[in-house]
Amino acid sequence: MSAITRDEVAHLARLSRLALADEELDHFAAQLDQIVGAVARVAEVASADIPPSSHALPLTNVFRPDEVRPSLTPQQALSGAPAVQDDRFRVPRILGEEA
Amino acid sequence: MSLIHKTAAELGRLIATGETSSVEVAQAHLDRIAAVEPKVHAFLHVDPDGVLAQARAVDERLAAGERLGPLAGVPIAHKDVFTTADMPTTAGSKILEGWRPPYDATVTQRLRAAGLVILGKTNLDEFAMGSSTENSAYGPTRNPWDLTRIPGGSSGGASASVAAYEAPLSTGTDTGGSIRQPAAVTGIVGMKPTYGGSSRYGLIAFASSLDTPGPFARNVLDAALLHEAFSGHDPMDSTSIDAPVPPVVEAARQASVDGLRIGVVKEFGGDGYQPGVLARFQEAVDLLESLGAKVVEVSCPSFTYALPAYYLIAPSECSSNLARFDAMRYGLRVGDDGTRSAEEVMALTRAAGFGPEVKRRIMLGTYALSSGYYDAYYGSAQKVRTLIARDFEAAFHQVDVLISPTTPTTAFPIGERADDPMAMYLADLCTIPSNLAGNAAISVPCGRADEDGLPVGLQIMAPVLGDDRCYRVGAAVEKAFEDRWGGPLLKEAPAL
Repeated sequence: MSAITRDEVAHLARLSRLALADEELDHFAAQLDQIVGAVARVAEVASADIPPSSHALPLTNVFRPDEVRPSLTPQQALSGAPAVQDDRFRVPRILGEEA
Repeated sequence: MSLIHKTAAELGRLIATGETSSVEVAQAHLDRIAAVEPKVHAFLHVDPDGVLAQARAVDERLAAGERLGPLAGVPIAHKDVFTTADMPTTAGSKILEGWRPPYDATVTQRLRAAGLVILGKTNLDEFAMGSSTENSAYGPTRNPWDLTRIPGGSSGGASASVAAYEAPLSTGTDTGGSIRQPAAVTGIVGMKPTYGGSSRYGLIAFASSLDTPGPFARNVLDAALLHEAFSGHDPMDSTSIDAPVPPVVEAARQASVDGLRIGVVKEFGGDGYQPGVLARFQEAVDLLESLGAKVVEVSCPSFTYALPAYYLIAPSECSSNLARFDAMRYGLRVGDDGTRSAEEVMALTRAAGFGPEVKRRIMLGTYALSSGYYDAYYGSAQKVRTLIARDFEAAFHQVDVLISPTTPTTAFPIGERADDPMAMYLADLCTIPSNLAGNAAISVPCGRADEDGLPVGLQIMAPVLGDDRCYRVGAAVEKAFEDRWGGPLLKEAPAL
């Protein structure tokens, strides 16, 4: 039985905002199935009494003083934008036609 | 000896004393780049005029009496995953083609402050995901030892540029082995500092809890000098360690293992390892004993779960980090014809701008983090991470450093593993545990495999903030091997 189906890959692609072609879905489904099958081994040793580590360093709540510091100018921040209007990022519509 | 064959330390000395100039050294390396790049393809961007302008500025600063440190005027190749305000930064991806970042990474700033001259930006697997540079959107880099083979990855342009004498030094980043593996397969030195020892500010993120900038060089002392030049606390990176940089240069000069306890990781060997790699590794073990180290076998049973844990944790973090490539604020935008929604443009852009390995990892990470699977995959991988840290902790109670081969095999042929992700992932089998636990680890040359004559790397792992031990042992091994070989391993490489 496969760990991950073609339909699941199509769902993952949607969640990941990747407009994949049909042949890509087939190709990735086979590969992801193999990879997921291999990495599932971690469950063999992950017993309930072991605390998870999200990070190598025991750092928590690293703060800096709340002071105004120099930052990018609007021109610098917009310098790589695909489209700009009135000193702002111009983006495609974000609401449906009916909204 | 020509300028390109000198060490970084020598070049720094010659420039400081006025025996040569930074401009002269830069020009020699630009000439070499022009001569060998058609074969090697280590660089994505070189601007000769800009390089000479940087070099002239350093010469002027030195002439004005400014004190800049031991690498002032020395050229360096910079991995194209660090932002540079004066050069394009692509991360090896089409989604960032031609992007000019509005700021310099901390590592970039510190290279400039130390007077290093940035020759250009080096090739890499897209977003540093890979072990061969074949995942670069701009074509693979070739191994200077054999142009039909991979130079390792993801920092393959970085390793090849140094091994091909295009630069005496280069920067890299190591998330699962992306410095140590390329160094091993090109016969040079590559160091992954302790996580948090070098700043991630301005490093385009792949897996934030693992990404670590580090140095490449042709010898251990040069690597230590570069390590010292760009490391240390950075308030712009909240995971940066607020502690002094370990005494890495002093340790590289000390070059002694007398009285040290060295552990051989029992789990790294046997099936899947190339016989020539194991033979050279055994020679290194014997050598360390002959130099006065006490060598024992140490078992780290959880290390066999490091690879599967890594291929859950790294893709999970990547799926989140790469969400920023949304076609809105910078980079590529595809399909914005006025009829499509932002979401459709985003999906079309990401499909066009990312290569197959990046797409695989984003989807794998999305899967591992999704509700219903989180505990079994990401949650379990995080527990394995704890077990690996515990194995290291127990091992470092018994020994001062751990050693293993850096990679299970020598450089493989370009194309051999390109569409077989699991085979490709095995290249990082021995390097991944140190990323998961955050400790320091270095790869130094330890000879050539009998089967193919290609370089083999010795990995030396030290505790968190024990980076100096890597350099101390690495330099001792280097000195003893060079006495035996009659010089550095790299002088055995064929002429390009």
